[in-house]
Amino acid sequence: MISIAERINGMFKDVREAIKNKDPKAVRELAIKQTEAGASFLDVNVGTAAADPAGAMKWLIEVIQDTVKTPIAIDSQKFDVVKAGLSVIKNEVLINSSKGDPEELDKYMTIAKEYNASLMCLTMDKCGIPQDVERRMEIAMKIVEKAVEHEFELSKIYIDPVLFPINVDQKQPALMFDIFNQIKMISDPPPHRNVGLSNFSQGTKEKRLLARTFLTMGISYGLDAAVMDVLDKDLMDAAISAEIIMNQHVYSDSYLTACRK
Amino acid sequence: MELPNVADKWTGVVNEITLGATKDKGGSRQKTVTIGGSKSVPFMDFEGNPGRKPVIAMDVYDTSPDDWPETLTKPFSDVLNNPAQWAKKCVEQYGADLICLKLDGIHPDKGNKSAEEAVKTVKSILAAVGVPLIIWGCEDDEKDNEVMPKVSQAAKGENCLMGIVTQDNYKTLTATCLADGHAIITLSPVDINIAKQVNILVSEMDFPLNRIVMFQSTGALGYGLEYTYSIQERERLAALTGDKMMSMPVICDVGHEAWRTKEAKSNDSEVPQWGPREERGPMWEAITAIGLLQSGVDIIRMNHPKAVAAVKKCIDRLY
Repeated sequence: MISIAERINGMFKDVREAIKNKDPKAVRELAIKQTEAGASFLDVNVGTAAADPAGAMKWLIEVIQDTVKTPIAIDSQKFDVVKAGLSVIKNEVLINSSKGDPEELDKYMTIAKEYNASLMCLTMDKCGIPQDVERRMEIAMKIVEKAVEHEFELSKIYIDPVLFPINVDQKQPALMFDIFNQIKMISDPPPHRNVGLSNFSQGTKEKRLLARTFLTMGISYGLDAAVMDVLDKDLMDAAISAEIIMNQHVYSDSYLTACRK
Repeated sequence: MELPNVADKWTGVVNEITLGATKDKGGSRQKTVTIGGSKSVPFMDFEGNPGRKPVIAMDVYDTSPDDWPETLTKPFSDVLNNPAQWAKKCVEQYGADLICLKLDGIHPDKGNKSAEEAVKTVKSILAAVGVPLIIWGCEDDEKDNEVMPKVSQAAKGENCLMGIVTQDNYKTLTATCLADGHAIITLSPVDINIAKQVNILVSEMDFPLNRIVMFQSTGALGYGLEYTYSIQERERLAALTGDKMMSMPVICDVGHEAWRTKEAKSNDSEVPQWGPREERGPMWEAITAIGLLQSGVDIIRMNHPKAVAAVKKCIDRLY
C-alpha cells in the first residue's frame, strides 16, 4: 500500500500557524511521526490561508527535507506552487495533482519528467467531475495515452477517480471498485489506483470506521494508494491485513511487524 | 512481426553475505565466500543479474558416521575419525568452497560429547583449512544452547555461518552470533510462513537481516524434493518482489538427505536392476542438488566427491 500521509496541510490549525509564524517545530514533528507510522509519501499542502503559497510550499518542503528522507507529495492545484515546490526538492517526489485535460497533462507530464517525479492525475476535466464509471474510464484512458506519448513510466502515474464524500453522494463509493479493476487492466504495468480517503468520510460520525472499511474493500479490487491518515494505526493495520488476504505478502504470525518496517 | 518482450521485471534483490574473515578483517581464513545478490530467478539472466554463483559446502562430522554406506565412506576412509584431516581432504582434493562441520557427536543420543570437545574440533578445523566454516549444531535445543555459545566464542572473528535457529529456539544462538560476529541459519520445516516468522523474530533481536541464511529443510529426489523446491521458489519470488523478510540467501542439505534414500544406499545384490551403487549414489545426490539449484539456492551441503564434481561442473556451465 502506498500511503500518502495527509497531515502536513494548511487546513489544519497547527500547520497553518507554523506557516504563518515560520516556526518549523510542528512540521518537523509531523514529518517524523508520519514517517515512523509508515508513510510512503508526505503530502504537503499549504492550505488556502497562506499569504504567499509558493513561498510557503518551498519553506515546508525545506523543513521536511531537513528532517526526514521520506518522499514528498507536492499537493496543490496551482501550477506555480507546484513549480516552486519542485525548485527546492531533494527527496523523491510525487506531484499531486494534474487534471485530465490534454493540455494540463502535457504541462504536468513535461515538468514531472524534468524532475523525475511521479504524477497523480485526476479523472476530471473542464466538464467537471464525472458521475459514472464510463466517463471516468474515458479520462483514465486519455491519461495513459498521454503518458505513452510523453514516454512517461506508467508505474509513476497515479490515477485518482475522485471519490465523493459518502454523505454527499452515496451511490459513488461502490462505483470505485469497478474503476480500480478496470484501471488495473488498462496497461502493463498499470498506473497506480489512488483515492482521497479522509475526504470520503469527512463530516460523518464514523469517519475512521468508514475510511477503514472502504480501504480494505478497495484493496480487494486493486486500490494500491491513498491519501490518508497514516497516524490512524487501525487504518494502517487494516490495509496490511487486506493485502495479506489478497496474497500480496507472505503471511507470518508477525506479519504486522514485518509490513510496518 | 516483432516478438513482445515477456521478461519479468524484478524490484527486489537477494541479500549478499560474505562468509569468513581474512587476517586483515580479524580472522584467519585464507579466502572468503560471498553468496546472494541475485536479481532474477536462476538461469534467467536476461531478466536481471543472476548474482553470485552457488557454492558447495562439504560436510565434516565431529564423530565418524555409523549410518553411511560403503560408497560414501570409501573416499574418506582414512580421515573419518579425524575431522581436521577430513576437512583438509574436502578442500584440497575435492574442491569444497566451504566446510560444514556437523556437531552430531554432541547429541545426547549420539555420543553426548562435551562443549570442550566441540571447541577443540572447531579449532582444529580452523587450523587445518583456509576456507570459511559453517558450524551446525546437533538439533537438540538444550544441548545446542549449551555448546553452541562456546563454539561460537572459540571461532570469534572468523565470520562463520552458525546454525540452526527455529521459531521456538532462537534467542541463545542469535545473541551469541551477534556478539561474536557470525552469520546465522534460520530453519523452518518446509513452511514459508514460519520461514518469514523466524526471520522476523531474529531481526527483532537487532540481528541484521543481511546476516541471515534461510534453511527450509531438504527433501531428496523421490522424498519430497518437490516440496522443498516449491517453497524455495516461492521464497525466491518473494525476495525478488521486494519482501525484505524473505530476501535471504538459501542453504540446503542435499548430502545427508540424498544418502538416506534406499536408491542411494542399497547394495547391488539387492537391486541389480538399479545399476551399480558406486554410480547410483553419487548420481542421486547430484540430481537432487541440480534440481534444487533451479529453485534458487546459494549454498549446497554435499557429501560425495563425485557428486560435488558433477554439480560444480553444472554450476560453472550455467553461470
